[in-house]
Amino acid sequence: MEPLEHIIAAHPLFAGLRPEYTHLIGGCVHNMRFEPGEFLLQHGAPAAEFYLLRHGRVALALGAPGRGTLTVQTLGPGELLGVSWLVTPYRWMYDAQALEPVGAIAIDAACLRAKSEADHDLGFELAQRFMAVLVRRLHAARLQLLDVYGTHR
Amino acid sequence: MDVPLPDPLRPRIARVRSTHREGPEVCTLELETDQDPPAGFAPGQFNMLTAFGVGEVPISFSGDPAEPRRVRHTVRAVGAVSSALVRLHAGAPLGVRGPFGTGWPLPEAAGRDVVLIAGGLGIAPLRPALYQLLGARSRYGRLTLLYGARGPRDILFRRELDAWRTRTDLTVEMTVDHAARPWHGHVGVVTTLIERARFDAQRTLALVCGPEIMMRFAAEALGAGGIAPEAIFLSLERNMHCGIGTCGHCQLGGLLVCRDGPVVRYARVRDALRVREL
Repeated sequence: MEPLEHIIAAHPLFAGLRPEYTHLIGGCVHNMRFEPGEFLLQHGAPAAEFYLLRHGRVALALGAPGRGTLTVQTLGPGELLGVSWLVTPYRWMYDAQALEPVGAIAIDAACLRAKSEADHDLGFELAQRFMAVLVRRLHAARLQLLDVYGTHR
Repeated sequence: MDVPLPDPLRPRIARVRSTHREGPEVCTLELETDQDPPAGFAPGQFNMLTAFGVGEVPISFSGDPAEPRRVRHTVRAVGAVSSALVRLHAGAPLGVRGPFGTGWPLPEAAGRDVVLIAGGLGIAPLRPALYQLLGARSRYGRLTLLYGARGPRDILFRRELDAWRTRTDLTVEMTVDHAARPWHGHVGVVTTLIERARFDAQRTLALVCGPEIMMRFAAEALGAGGIAPEAIFLSLERNMHCGIGTCGHCQLGGLLVCRDGPVVRYARVRDALRVREL
């Protein structure tokens, strides 16, 4: 079986990360599989673990009264699932449900935060990587808000 | 005997042969004209269509250039003229001038990967290009269509997209901005598909059509993926009236979009597109 450290190093989020950092992160991770329909995250639950998606797609969604379940974003292989563990109160704001069989690396959020606190160089390196994802998602969310395909009459 | 040249400002009378409802407020009109031989068109070009008594609007060709007798235009009801066109029934007359403007640079695409990025109704002007690319499939490298729509019910040409998705020589990815279940496809703006798409940036040509904001974001995402601005082409929309670069209504910086466009190289318009209200 492929060592988890190799899998982490191959994931786009951690590509090019120094091997000693990959080794440190490796102490916080384990492999997970989810069946279609299974929840990876649930709105309001503690943001204890986040995921590096390896296979399959996941829908980020919220239930809206009278409107059913509204999907706001789908994520797939090579992407990061879950950012609410980065800031207090460390609770998920959305549901995340597997749309198909999903393979993911689960990362213990408290473990990674503690290692970042102990080694600020690691923390800074990780912050830059997570910030890049957040900025891309912010731009995408704003574009979504603009509703560019609407008729605007 | 001298044969008088057609006056590009005088509409020919055509009739609607058939209509096909594509989605909310969107209809494809198939026209029949008395032109013999038919004018033909290059993918990306447009006609000026007249709804008599209402007005005239530029509408891109959306049919197969290999079938010049089946002139098709896909129209979305957004204003008085386009709404009148969408309401036309089989047999109704309308005015046609064209074809006008520049087409997609398909000769330049030979031997290269091609990524087509469509947003909303922007899939209509790209469809003729895709027909032509698929019609000479061996001339091109990897073909990818990335299509974003507002919601699942706004996806146009659904049956054709489903057929294209079964092909092994074409990658089709669709996304919608918002969706309720049971939609199980992608949700997110079309630029997120660009980040996930596989292409060799050095040998890729990108053809982009959709709302201008979407095209700017798409061009930025393509640039971030390593595609040079010279290899990105956009189809611009401006207030086109004459269609022949005379009246100046569609001016964009140094371009007259009806004549120098609608298909233009991104490198040529990148700065102008950043100028507000230009």
